[in-house]
Amino acid sequence: MLSKRLIACLDVRNGCVVKGVNFEELREAGDPAWLAKRYNREGIDEVVVLDVTATIEGRRAFEATIRAVSGELFIPLTVGGGIQTEADAAAALDAGADKVGVNSAALADPSLLTRLAARYGSQAVIVAIDAKRLDGRYQVFARSGRASTGRDAVEWAVEAESRGAGEVLLTSIDRDGTRSGFDCALTAAVSTAVSIPVIASGGAGTFEHFTEVFTEGRADAALAASVFHYSEHAVADLKRHLLERGVPVRC
Amino acid sequence: MIALIDYGAGNLTSVRKGFAAAGADVFTPTDPAVLHRATGIVVPGVGNFAATAALEGPWTTGIRAAVTGGTALLGICLGMQWLFDGSDEAPGVDGFGAIAGRCSRLPPDKTLKVPHVGWNSLHAPRSSRLLDGVADGTQVYFTHAYAAPVTPESVATCEHIATFAAAVECGQVFGVQFHPEKSADAGIRILRNFVAATRS
Repeated sequence: MLSKRLIACLDVRNGCVVKGVNFEELREAGDPAWLAKRYNREGIDEVVVLDVTATIEGRRAFEATIRAVSGELFIPLTVGGGIQTEADAAAALDAGADKVGVNSAALADPSLLTRLAARYGSQAVIVAIDAKRLDGRYQVFARSGRASTGRDAVEWAVEAESRGAGEVLLTSIDRDGTRSGFDCALTAAVSTAVSIPVIASGGAGTFEHFTEVFTEGRADAALAASVFHYSEHAVADLKRHLLERGVPVRC
Repeated sequence: MIALIDYGAGNLTSVRKGFAAAGADVFTPTDPAVLHRATGIVVPGVGNFAATAALEGPWTTGIRAAVTGGTALLGICLGMQWLFDGSDEAPGVDGFGAIAGRCSRLPPDKTLKVPHVGWNSLHAPRSSRLLDGVADGTQVYFTHAYAAPVTPESVATCEHIATFAAAVECGQVFGVQFHPEKSADAGIRILRNFVAATRS
């Protein structure tokens, strides 16, 4: 049976792992390559590295980070944050990423997804969607949650799939950094509308939150940062917790 | 030296890194004429079966000659599907034809998703050189929508909506539908097993 995936997210700024609270107030939590090595050993299923500064000056330094992280991993590595063009994606993949996450650039020009899928295959293309609940529906925000697009998250996910995206990385802006649980309603709405896998993100605080997002949220994978960063036993303990509740995981 | 064939289907960085971890030297030939110098040949690949059209002609001829001479061949993901006669994904493109059968799309399902992405268990009921030391039930990383049929050459199967060939072995021809270079310790073990086969 296909396992539900646990994905550790490393938010990287200036070569250091940081974790945002509601996308602001970043604070340091470690060296990316060291953390990646630890996660690989602990049995995480996948790693995502996000460039949270994504300035032009920072790109070259970030490529060095990707190289250092991928050197420690024999599991899938996704890179996101600031992927604006095919050249940005090529640089990330050449540096050792297996998949790239595209957010604002895909909203501005959805054909970017199609071009990337044609060149690298859909399995290498993740559409990252940041959504916020507004007036009873989920609205898509661009530019790290700062710019409203007026687009509906479910509709955009469906379009992104048809354009060539191979997975959806779905972040709840409302829950991100709050440790109050994933937005299961948002995740289920998107997951039942598309046939590609959906990675739920934003709000992980307890092991039970993962059980919820894999059952009522219908997530195929769940992403978290701080839950994994601060304890060396978190991955194994969480997998045991999920297995006991009938959620299939790799162990 | 193991020849890693770059025919434009995806990124080879991870495969190179996987073989380095398995202790093998890899080169990327630009001319099929040098394939006779390789101890093993790896055909990787992701994406659409149509991409394997780039292998038709001199590359296929060179690979066939090398394999006939005893060189070990490993197809990974799309590269394993290419070992078969062809695929419904690109009906006009011929596969290598080392294994009889056609690849087809995993059927739609109400709850399970296609593409099949993530870690799933190998069912490997009999021993094989490629999966030596890999326990039945070991989980490996898959990402694909088309799959190869189960045939006598299948040494491991996997189930996602349908049961399909997860690993094949036939003389010096080997294939894996999953990505050993992304399958943690079990994957590196499988790459090592292939490297051992290149010396036999």
